[in-house]
Amino acid sequence: MPVTETKYETVIGLEVHVELHTKSKIFCGCSTSFGAPPNTHTCPICLGHPGVLPVLNRQAVEYAMKAAMALNCEIASVSKFDRKNYFYPDSPKAYQISQYDQPIGRNGWIDIEVNGETKRIGITRLHLEEDAGKLTHVDGGYASLVDFNRVGTPLIEIVSEPDLRSPEEARAYLEKLRAIMQYCDVSDVKMEEGSLRCDANISLRPVGQKEFGTKTELKNMNSFRGVQRGLEYEQWRQADVLDSGGRIVQETRRWDEAQGKTLSMRSKEEAHDYRYFPDPDLVRLTISDEWKESVRRTIPELPDARKARYTGDYGLPSYDAEVITASRKLADFFEESLNYTNDAKAVSNWIMGDLLGYLNANNLELDDVKITGQGLGEMIGLIEKGTISGKIAKTVFKSMLETGKLPGQIVEEQGLVQISDEGAIRAIIDKVVGNNPQSVADYKAGKEKAVGFLVGQVMKETRGKANPGLVNKLIVERLKQ
Amino acid sequence: MSIRIQDVEHVADLARLELSDEEKVEFTEQLNAILQYVEQLNKLDTDGVEPTSHVMPLANVMREDEVRPSLPLDQVLLNAPDEDEGQIRVPAVLE
Amino acid sequence: MSLFDLKLQEIHDRMVRGDLSVSDLVDRSFERIAEVDGKVRAFLTLSEEQARESAKALDKHLLAGEERGLLFGLPAGIKDNIVTRGLRTTCASRFLDNFRPVYNATVMNRLAEAQAVTVGKLNMDEFAMGGSNENSAYQVTRNPWNPERVPGGSSGGSAAAVAAGEVYFALGSDTGGSIRQPAAYCGIVGLKPTYGLVSRFGLVAFASSLDQIGPLTKNVEDSAYVLQAIAGHDPMDSTSAKVDVPDYLSALTGDVKGLRIGVPKEYLGEGIASRVRDCVLDALKKLESLGAVWEEISLPHTGYAVAAYYLIASSEASSNLARFDGVRYGVRAENPDDLLDLYRKSRSRGFGPEVKRRIMLGTYALSSGYYDAYYLKAQKVRTLIKRDFDRAFEQFDIIIGPTAPTPAFKIGEQIGDPLTMYLNDILTIPVSLAGVPAISVPCGLADGLPVGLQIIGRPFDEPTVLRTAHAFEQHSDFHKLRPQL
Repeated sequence: MPVTETKYETVIGLEVHVELHTKSKIFCGCSTSFGAPPNTHTCPICLGHPGVLPVLNRQAVEYAMKAAMALNCEIASVSKFDRKNYFYPDSPKAYQISQYDQPIGRNGWIDIEVNGETKRIGITRLHLEEDAGKLTHVDGGYASLVDFNRVGTPLIEIVSEPDLRSPEEARAYLEKLRAIMQYCDVSDVKMEEGSLRCDANISLRPVGQKEFGTKTELKNMNSFRGVQRGLEYEQWRQADVLDSGGRIVQETRRWDEAQGKTLSMRSKEEAHDYRYFPDPDLVRLTISDEWKESVRRTIPELPDARKARYTGDYGLPSYDAEVITASRKLADFFEESLNYTNDAKAVSNWIMGDLLGYLNANNLELDDVKITGQGLGEMIGLIEKGTISGKIAKTVFKSMLETGKLPGQIVEEQGLVQISDEGAIRAIIDKVVGNNPQSVADYKAGKEKAVGFLVGQVMKETRGKANPGLVNKLIVERLKQ
Repeated sequence: MSIRIQDVEHVADLARLELSDEEKVEFTEQLNAILQYVEQLNKLDTDGVEPTSHVMPLANVMREDEVRPSLPLDQVLLNAPDEDEGQIRVPAVLE
Repeated sequence: MSLFDLKLQEIHDRMVRGDLSVSDLVDRSFERIAEVDGKVRAFLTLSEEQARESAKALDKHLLAGEERGLLFGLPAGIKDNIVTRGLRTTCASRFLDNFRPVYNATVMNRLAEAQAVTVGKLNMDEFAMGGSNENSAYQVTRNPWNPERVPGGSSGGSAAAVAAGEVYFALGSDTGGSIRQPAAYCGIVGLKPTYGLVSRFGLVAFASSLDQIGPLTKNVEDSAYVLQAIAGHDPMDSTSAKVDVPDYLSALTGDVKGLRIGVPKEYLGEGIASRVRDCVLDALKKLESLGAVWEEISLPHTGYAVAAYYLIASSEASSNLARFDGVRYGVRAENPDDLLDLYRKSRSRGFGPEVKRRIMLGTYALSSGYYDAYYLKAQKVRTLIKRDFDRAFEQFDIIIGPTAPTPAFKIGEQIGDPLTMYLNDILTIPVSLAGVPAISVPCGLADGLPVGLQIIGRPFDEPTVLRTAHAFEQHSDFHKLRPQL
């Protein structure tokens, strides 16, 4: 890609939709659970039958408030719902109940870290709305099938200020946002399942110019990588257009992952006129300070605070703390381990190295493996005590991943206890020394490395269970005799 | 503020209505008469007056997050003009 | 004398004595329908089999001496914009010609609890948009007093069916006068409750911030009975008021001594037929003789009400009727070219001209650039209108005026001029905008056609409204008049 960084400044804003995991839908009692057969989680209300009326789900409101507060937003003291009118088969009422000018949250922010620098990204607003159904295109694009199960799932829409200046920053923002939502336990926030969705607005302006350039809207980025790549491509495309003297057309483009480019979504529709007006079927929300506080109390320690604690109290390097706190489950796992050992650094190393390595290599999540924080903590304790060596611990670790058993039990079942009995070791050393006169001779001739070979032989005899440090010490003693 | 046939066509489009040429003329006339009539509202000074979206002062009407039975599929499809394996079928938008 | 001319208490007494069964009442209803509905044309769909089955079940109930519901055995007609599970509901529109609801409106559940018997669905102006029943896609209901005259609208079928003695009572809906005006035109009693008193769940929405379901009956006592059965908070309706429902029947004391009545000069001015004015003034004299006091007041923003109403109601309607898109239910146009064509053809073929007109007006009023000038402005004017009532009710208990400027007009007389049609509602609309309760009771005849007296009360003060109406009725004979069919 051509070097454009010094010529243009990239301006990005993200619009993120998060599906709230309430048990029932936002305006009716249908279940929101994933994967039901088409149209089996619907009722006259979410199907938009004549005569039906919506009734607001309190939990959805409280999740939205919780999310807004976790994003440092001001919570409205009066909020209401508005109708967004448009015709589409996945929208049964031909309007979406959303919020227009009195959203639940406004003027928030989150901090992101890119290249070791912390940057604050503004959040313009957070509002509550209902989701639409799912369309599947069939007959070579001539017809569509509609499944209304998803209609009425509560969503929050989070709009950022156009404060992001690179696709990398955009990704960092999205990851931080996701982590915060996860910590608040208001959503599963899985892009692959659609509980986290992201659209972007991106424009370029010559460095130093105050006015924003013409922006394009990007859709169909279905993964974190997709978001970054989509923005990288569009950044390049816009620079290319501008460089050749062209002008950017304000339009919506879709990211095509397979082709690796953004494509114009040419459509016959002009800009929608949504004819917003306050929904007469829903009454307003007056949010008292008491209500706000009761929701605020449910917000757990958030990623940044946890990270500060990990670097401060446990002395973890910033990078490690960032990785561990990116996922609430991982951070909880980390802290659980610390109930069983004091060696935070060791826990961190095992997590960053063996655990994440295993998960990433096998495309798994923490939930998919059986190891517990207690297991890891106890295992580190066993290493400290010398019960097992670091090398044996790798075997124990693998077993814990698969079985969830505690290390003590695994060590016993597999007979992995480290041999530290000097007498026993000496006996084996005698045997090994007896079997390897050449090495002894080599050592006596000045080859220090011969010790290593002999240590290896002892380890082999003991199937790795002998305490290697002790073996080394005793062999040297023996050889010096 | 008077509306022309083009405005009527635009509004019909927004409302997904198809009007015949006669209807367009008729509606333009009738809507103009109505809009002229409602012009009188501008004689009233409403500065500082709150709009009434809800005539009774209710607030915070909500329900608990409880799952209730959904409709059986046959009821969902009872009035469906066209369905296919449990989903509602519609033609697509032609580009 | 028709069975239906008996008072409710008498009917109950006869049933307990064993003189009368529910099946008798239901038989009577269907006999009468067979006799006159060919002329009156009030019904769109009859539910004869179901009604007779219900009657049989209720008769068993009666025999067993079990406790009876408030409206036990009474044959009822339901306006066809109230959703009835399994029973065709069309809103008098071609669009819903084949629609069979899969749920019941809350009021229907309450009627079932009260053990009334639904006899069929009644004609109306399409989607409740109209003041004459001429906007029904199916048939024009005739005023039982004169078949060349409209029964009023939009609950024209409901009013006609009660006036013609086809049902004991009917349910209608009122958005700008749609219960009260047809009640006036047909010489019966029609009540629009306070907004929020009766659940809207299952009422096909026209203008959500104005719609209310209410009873149409031949006298005030029956109205109180029906209201008692259907009023009260409904968790399925977020706009449903959380108020205690008083005992409406005990409000019918006949005593109006000291009642303070305000009569807006705007309600008796130009445009009101002189014979109508006379009937109202006579009614006021009657109430005075019973101990009430009245004086002229002013509700200064009355003249702006029709304009505000049409903007608000059409805007809400344009959004409420968007769900009629031919996708999930309703009559879908055949062989559409594509999705857009499906929408346009289904809607254009399914909706009549008045519905289209209001959708167009509403869409325009909400559209980009016009929202502030039209919809928002109208909502602000609505506040001013409501304030007029609030102020008046500080000094007066009841506001009285005519229900409609004229008696029933001729079929075909106004249908070509929408604006003139809208002005028929000039007396009922302000009440709807303010959300306060009002009843129309017969108070005289003008050239052989009924005239209605509108009695308006404070929010949730149906007891005073009913008391006033009842006292007047008991000292006059207008409610005893029956049309010659």
